[in-house]
Amino acid sequence: MVSKEKIYSYLENVSDPEVPVLSILDLGIVRDVNINEENETVEILITPTYSGCPAMQMIAMNVKMEMLTQGVKNVIVTEILSPAWTTDWMTESGKRKLNEYGIAPPQNKSNEYIPIEDLIVPCPICQSKNTSVISEFGSTACKSLYRCNDCLEPFDYFKCH
Amino acid sequence: MNNSLVEYIMHLADNSLIHGHRLSEWCGHGPILEVDIALSNIALDNIGAARSLYEYAAEIEGNGKTEDTYPYFRDVRQFKNSLLLELPNGNFADTIAKCLLFDTYQFYFYTALKNSSDNRLAAIAEKSLKEVTYHLRFSSEWVVRLGDGTDESKQKMQNAIAEHWEYAGELFAPSNIELEMIEQGIAPNIDALKDVWQQKIAETIEEATLSFPLSNEKGWFQSGGKKGIHTEYLGFILADLQYMQKTYPNSEW
Repeated sequence: MVSKEKIYSYLENVSDPEVPVLSILDLGIVRDVNINEENETVEILITPTYSGCPAMQMIAMNVKMEMLTQGVKNVIVTEILSPAWTTDWMTESGKRKLNEYGIAPPQNKSNEYIPIEDLIVPCPICQSKNTSVISEFGSTACKSLYRCNDCLEPFDYFKCH
Repeated sequence: MNNSLVEYIMHLADNSLIHGHRLSEWCGHGPILEVDIALSNIALDNIGAARSLYEYAAEIEGNGKTEDTYPYFRDVRQFKNSLLLELPNGNFADTIAKCLLFDTYQFYFYTALKNSSDNRLAAIAEKSLKEVTYHLRFSSEWVVRLGDGTDESKQKMQNAIAEHWEYAGELFAPSNIELEMIEQGIAPNIDALKDVWQQKIAETIEEATLSFPLSNEKGWFQSGGKKGIHTEYLGFILADLQYMQKTYPNSEW
């Protein structure tokens, strides 16, 4: 039977369909892996970023596909809601990859509330801290829309949640 | 007991679904692009919450039921959403008024539901509360922007709050099912949420330089949705929402 570590290494190959530079491990949505030796099944627990996130079904399918490719046949993907996903679970390397991709990573911890007008989100393109929010809601549920006042480029911010 | 729990979950799910569906009607019609995107995001969160709830109901009921059974294959009388949520979108101020009343309610409701003795409902509440916090900020900011805006926007915002106010009372009037759930520690006591809700709304209305609706003093409100007695609007919503599944039952993408 395959080891838990092995499963995690396979999961590294599954990317977020909306932000393809991030693996689902970077994103922090994989909560646990249970190996059942008796009936030779692998259960992978994932949690949605947002309730209505349309990527969840695709992620579940991609997880199963990746496991099949690696020869792991009996896979159950279980969705869990509690504890609710938070951007605090995103890995540091995930945040760096996001920034390089052109999306500003979450700036603060989810439990510290910073009023949106006080939050400084550096521009992922020119790194300027002189930016302003255009809209708290962006192209997907997890992002806000910002504009850099120096290089004048609009950019997405992966909002703290 | 399971029947009552399913009925209760249905009421919560229907609230989220119908609100989400109404907001989704703004997609492509928002007054500006950012608002269009925001309303679509909020619609998605609500429909997502409804899915989690329907899924839970389907698991309890078993018998081949799925999360799709409830939204697509029930008729008007079986829907238990509050009347407020099925009202037409009206102008932008009307939608914002409806959102303010409901988002504020959802905020306090989910905060309380997090302590439910039902773990699954508590988990859904924990997830949804994070999202509702954004929704409430969005609707409150717009009430202030429109209320403290031009003469025309102020008038429209004031009218919108007055018109929707008489539908808000139903949110806090427990049905028999809700009473049973409150008794069991599954549902929060919604009646007790009314004061804090009203205080929060009053603060927003004051900041928006608007006045409190007069009908508030009468204490009377429109009701019926929780018992399945709806306005004529719900039938039209369902005709749109259920068309494909009723024409081609169980069709899939």
